[in-house]
Amino acid sequence: MSNAQIEIQLIACIVAIACAIPGTFLVLRKMAMISDAISHSILPGIVIGFFITQDLNSPLLILLAAVTGVITVVLVEYIQKTGLVKEDTAIGLVFPALFSIGVILIAKNANDVHLDVDAVLVGELAFAPFDRLLISGTDVGPKSLWIIGSILVLTTSLLFAFFKELKVSTFDAGLAASLGFSPAIIHYGLMTVSSITTVGAFDAVGAILVVALMIAPAASAYLLTNELKRMLIYAIGFGVCSAISGYWVAHVLDASIAGSITTMLGLLFLIVYLIAPNKGVIAVLYRERQQRIEVSLLTFLLHLKNHTEESERHVNHLSEHINWQKVRATSVLELALKNNMIQLDRNIVSLTDKGHEFTTQAIDYIITNQDSKIEHMKDDFFLFRG
Amino acid sequence: MKQNIAIRVDDLTVAYNYKPVLWDIDLEIPEGVLMAIVGPNGAGKSTLIKSILGILKPIAGSVSIYDKPYDKQRALVAYVPQKGSVDWDFPTTALDVVMMGTYGSLGWIKRPGQRQKKAALEALEKVGMLPFKSRQISQLSGGQQQRIFLARALVQNASIYFMDEPFQGVDATTEIAIINILKELRKAGKTVVVVHHDLQTVPEYFDWVTFLNVKKIATGPVKDIFNDNNLTKTYGINYKVSVQE
Repeated sequence: MSNAQIEIQLIACIVAIACAIPGTFLVLRKMAMISDAISHSILPGIVIGFFITQDLNSPLLILLAAVTGVITVVLVEYIQKTGLVKEDTAIGLVFPALFSIGVILIAKNANDVHLDVDAVLVGELAFAPFDRLLISGTDVGPKSLWIIGSILVLTTSLLFAFFKELKVSTFDAGLAASLGFSPAIIHYGLMTVSSITTVGAFDAVGAILVVALMIAPAASAYLLTNELKRMLIYAIGFGVCSAISGYWVAHVLDASIAGSITTMLGLLFLIVYLIAPNKGVIAVLYRERQQRIEVSLLTFLLHLKNHTEESERHVNHLSEHINWQKVRATSVLELALKNNMIQLDRNIVSLTDKGHEFTTQAIDYIITNQDSKIEHMKDDFFLFRG
Repeated sequence: MKQNIAIRVDDLTVAYNYKPVLWDIDLEIPEGVLMAIVGPNGAGKSTLIKSILGILKPIAGSVSIYDKPYDKQRALVAYVPQKGSVDWDFPTTALDVVMMGTYGSLGWIKRPGQRQKKAALEALEKVGMLPFKSRQISQLSGGQQQRIFLARALVQNASIYFMDEPFQGVDATTEIAIINILKELRKAGKTVVVVHHDLQTVPEYFDWVTFLNVKKIATGPVKDIFNDNNLTKTYGINYKVSVQE
């Protein structure tokens, strides 16, 4: 690997980490679309900053863009608060307006300079190593590495300092407010950090693809864990994996790095979406199937419990009585036998003691909804896991 | 004997988009009562609690907790929001939710430690949820979730407890468990204010009641003012409830 290759991957990884942290909280706050809005509407901020400084990497530019990001959020909330339109409509009204201001500003004034809509939206990571930061004549590395690195340091320090505040206000804003942690301060703090990260990342992956780096790793992580800290760590891990693998895919295909990273993010989410142990599609389908069988089992057991006469309990009559197809009847019969809940005596089915007890408890639970009685059954049966 | 006033509300008016939902409320809640706030939907019951806690800003009037503004008295107050107000799919465990009750005493930045964890475990024990401490909160039943919320309030070790519909969507066992804890709190001299829906249980559970419907209708001891007259004024024409005496 050449130096430039290492530098590109390093920048991509740092961008991914810096995005995953605010992204996790945006996903949990159901504000993923706000990051999309911010990523578009920072354009006028970037353009105005560029006119003033004539430097795409100036801190002022980042600051102005971040301010536009926060203005977006304020405008969306203001329109929403009128009660005349819903949040998604408000988002759809605000960001195209701000974005188009940026497009017009570029078209009118920046035709002859190195700033075009594509560069801002899509970015070009491959060029990042060419723009070096010189400190008193010494080359200390690519400029964008320093910019996004500083943003990452800022984001991580804020995360460590205010983790508990972020957690409580995201989970329960009312409690946070009553405890004295102003949800408004935390909300706008998060919005500011998200805006700053978006601006910092636009050089590397572009302002649009940064949305993918914020949302996709967090959404994937959300499907895999029940703990906030782990969700953060997984999201960071997914971001970094996609950044590195995306770079090499682009290398092999000779394609856009940002595009490849985003594709990897999409693939990764798809895989997690399918195979996540509890929330994944396959797991859910399996659970639903098991639940269906268990409901059938319970219906079957209840039938046995309610009917003492032998004619009602003959194997051949059962499928007719409960009106099941043969396959289903067989699998239910097998499940009941396997759990020692029924016994077969000359093709007459009857409940065992265990079967009796189970049916009573299960019906009790369904009627009274009291958890204490069936706690031990949750491990064996999907039906009772809520 | 003159009782201390725990919560005093003066001329409180609260509005959403300039439409008043609470209109000129005066209210004094004595120390050590277990009080129900009752009223029809949209009467402003939750709004009253949220305004006392500074979550909503009133357009007029003031609130004091033991004669000082709420900001100065946070440590004395615990709050149980409506169960439906949070996202139970949030990635966190029962123990972690209860730990959040300790955040107020920690203040900004400082992290909870062993002491806070011990307090949280004790609170879980008190509501009978210790075996579920590591369970993800979406895996708990409605009653269990409510008990987690109660534990989170208990861990604050407050003097005044505000609860927004703690009995909504819980099973009978949980309801009894919760009311027993509330009665214990009162016995320990705490003041408990509960937004309540089930009028039948008011005389059995509470010793103080406030009727609310945008305006305050009446407030006082249940045995004196919980009658058809006040219920009719609060809920509309000829409201009858069979009160078992």
